[in-house]
Amino acid sequence: MTDLPYQPRRFARHRAPILVGVAATLAACAAPAPRTAADAQNAASATPMLTLHREDVLWIDRLSFGLDTRIVADYRRFGRERMLERQLDDADHALPDAIASQIDVMEVAHVDVVQQLAGVQAAYKSINALPDGADKEQARKVLNDAGNKLAYQAIRRDLLRALYSPSQLQEQMVWFWLNHFSVHQYKGNLRWLIGDYEEHAIRPHVFGHFRELVLATLEHPAMLQYLDNQQNAAGHLNENYARELMELHTLGVEAGYTQEDVQQLARILTGAGINTGDAPKLKPEWRPLYVRRGAFEFNPARHDFGNKILLGHAIDGKGLGEIENAVTLIVRQPACAHFISHQLASYFVADNPPPRLVDKMAQTFQHSDGDIAAVLRTMFLAPEFNAALGGKFKDPTRYVVSAVRFAYDGRPISNTRPLLNWLNALGEGPYNRATPDGYPLGELSWASPGQISRRFEIARAIGSGNAGLFDPEDGTTATSSGFPQLSNRLYFEALEPFLAAGTRTALNRANSQQEWNTFLLSSPDFNYE
Amino acid sequence: MNRRELLQIGTAALAGVGVSSRLYAAPAGGARFLLVFLRGGYDSTNVLIPYTSSFYYEARPTIAIARPDVAVPTGALALDSDWALSPALRDTIGAMYLQRQVAFVPFAGTDDLSRSHFETQDSIELGQPIGGARDYRSGFMARLSDALTSPASSGPAAIAFTDALPLSFQGATPVPNMSLKNLGKPPFDQRQARILTDMYAGHRLQPAVANGLELRQEVAHAMADEMLASGRDAINSKGFELEAERMGKLMRDTYRIGFIDVGGWDTHVNEGGAQGTLASNLSGLGRGLQAFAQSLGPEWNNTVVVVVSEFGRTFRENGDRGTDHGHGTVYWVLGGALHGGLIAGEQRRLERATLFQDRDYPVLNDYRAVLGGLFRSLWSLSPTQCDRIFRQTQPVELSLV
Repeated sequence: MTDLPYQPRRFARHRAPILVGVAATLAACAAPAPRTAADAQNAASATPMLTLHREDVLWIDRLSFGLDTRIVADYRRFGRERMLERQLDDADHALPDAIASQIDVMEVAHVDVVQQLAGVQAAYKSINALPDGADKEQARKVLNDAGNKLAYQAIRRDLLRALYSPSQLQEQMVWFWLNHFSVHQYKGNLRWLIGDYEEHAIRPHVFGHFRELVLATLEHPAMLQYLDNQQNAAGHLNENYARELMELHTLGVEAGYTQEDVQQLARILTGAGINTGDAPKLKPEWRPLYVRRGAFEFNPARHDFGNKILLGHAIDGKGLGEIENAVTLIVRQPACAHFISHQLASYFVADNPPPRLVDKMAQTFQHSDGDIAAVLRTMFLAPEFNAALGGKFKDPTRYVVSAVRFAYDGRPISNTRPLLNWLNALGEGPYNRATPDGYPLGELSWASPGQISRRFEIARAIGSGNAGLFDPEDGTTATSSGFPQLSNRLYFEALEPFLAAGTRTALNRANSQQEWNTFLLSSPDFNYE
Repeated sequence: MNRRELLQIGTAALAGVGVSSRLYAAPAGGARFLLVFLRGGYDSTNVLIPYTSSFYYEARPTIAIARPDVAVPTGALALDSDWALSPALRDTIGAMYLQRQVAFVPFAGTDDLSRSHFETQDSIELGQPIGGARDYRSGFMARLSDALTSPASSGPAAIAFTDALPLSFQGATPVPNMSLKNLGKPPFDQRQARILTDMYAGHRLQPAVANGLELRQEVAHAMADEMLASGRDAINSKGFELEAERMGKLMRDTYRIGFIDVGGWDTHVNEGGAQGTLASNLSGLGRGLQAFAQSLGPEWNNTVVVVVSEFGRTFRENGDRGTDHGHGTVYWVLGGALHGGLIAGEQRRLERATLFQDRDYPVLNDYRAVLGGLFRSLWSLSPTQCDRIFRQTQPVELSLV
């Protein structure tokens, strides 16, 4: 083994400026043709930027799950404001064909959740009726395995989109809201439901009105099961969901509501549950109040029809309408605007976001009746956002996804298991937060000594081999080998000009390309955005 | 000669045995302390059972645990005339209780009334007075560790056996953390570790980087005998038991202060009684604590373990054969040389009128006062040191150590 420091030779430093120009041209050619007249107009009026500044790169990093050639080219083409608008408009950003076709063959992309759940419930019921013994265990295992397979598909789909979707902000928002309205795949039969929860309760609403998002999660069988509201009935109150709905989902813990409010809200929520079978037999006067939407059921026979007082407001006992009124009341509290703005800013801006920025976002939230896109616009274009660039430690998901995006730059991986294993090892596995508070958003929770050494091990796995990312998903043996070339064009365009001195020194001490890759992915420059 | 002096001599003698070739040697003469945090609010009422209270049996028609009965050797274990221990803990914690190595402190907890898991866990781990501004960079375990670290000592003697650093260990001095669930070979050689550490010179993460890379080597080294044993087809423990056994080894050889959290206690639905969800969690915990004590060897006599949880649960069962978030709970204190075998702290007989807000156990033994008193005795802390750990708190003396 030589002691000579390793120098990446493909792109020596003095050639970088020329290559930047080439990259820009290539990217512009590769970009899809404008689809509408308005787009063409905008594209034509956008001035291509010749030089990227450090804050441009960091801004892209924040908006996305990390740099790749395509998103950098988009930024050059559209500039900041126009790019933000394109990211907030989720209409027109198709996945690359190679990824779309991987997703399209998944069972999870085609299941009908009501039928699915009905089948699973019936299957568990018949298994439970079996006599104890090996057969029963075996039957249960087969069923659980099928559920785990479906849950893994949901995770796989989620990771592929995070890696390759051009709608990077949308993907980050899906992560953010899934974490905000967190559910745990290993409770009850949630593993059968998480794919649908992401697809139908979260994804359609990530840029929409917050109230609709709350109601979509409230009515989804995953949430009804996870926080036990399906068990909440008149005379058998279960206040679990009522409490977390205010504490974690809307108002925040120090928002001034009381234990009495929790109990009142639990009463309001009685009767909201799951049904995949026949409607129950009801007294004639209750029949018009019965509601069924998908697997969601409002059953008046389980509802507490007494009058309630929530947060000082009278809520008359009348059925499902109470729940809708209560949610409207809660999301219009100033505390809700403030809490949601604070959470968004903690994820996108800084661990302790500037209060002035949070106030501005909260104002937008209130004036727009909870329009999430408007709040994001306020945030991304604020001077406080710019000032905070470079100081945010990537949480494990951002770290792992950004490392693979950077290392393979658009080349589709075939196996997402390694990513899942890394996320689990770093303590941020998808759908794996056991408690309903979701994963924490700050450096304090992710940069402990043990977590950092784990992270460097993952940097090494990505930097020094293909880490199994190109193995077939069916568990058969790998045919591919090799390691990525991280000293690539994207590196010289977007990272190299801004590297810290300590990082340069470390890279110069590398003995091989693999080591060089490992050091780059371990560097402060790659771990902060 | 008092008991403390005896302990110190015993430890000094042990220090000569030379079991440790670790990077940091635990200072001789120091007592060891492990905090076990049961996250989720465990149902203490079905662990320490008020079996003479008919109200208990009325309040829990489906999940109450049957009264101790000498004819049922696998049932609840009567600890005194008021309290019995869950059958799930009978062979482990129960056996240790009979050896006076365990005490229970009922009606323990915090004055935090949010009944929120997260809020209450945070406030307990921070250990700051309730109602004031919170400093999230200052947990009570970190303050304890600081109080015990003299400028001359060779390095940190505290560790969290968790994937993430718990809030209780947040502080100015970085505390290493590493889960002992799955261990592999360390990936970096010394040269690489040095380059990585140098890369962070002057960066705020530098101490954590250096610490993490060192710890990884150290743990691999400490567990070398275990790898050897498993190669010889030794019977291996699993799950929390294995983790606790590893924790015991590291605390025997290297660390004085440890932290571990165990989840799965939020039993809103189908909690079970003598058998079921809670019972099986308890039995795993009991076996783990026993394995921890055993792997410490003679150092168990110089170690204290406290098991806490953020709150207890409702005294009455709910409509789903489970229990909801409550207030007061029961803390466990364990140690090889404990004056245990008793129920400690202020107590009241359990009837309906005893309940707080007609719902939960009241808190009669503030956790800061209880832990502060234990710390004071274990390490002969001064009032100033005690006040630095738990501000505005008068430690109570339970005379357990």
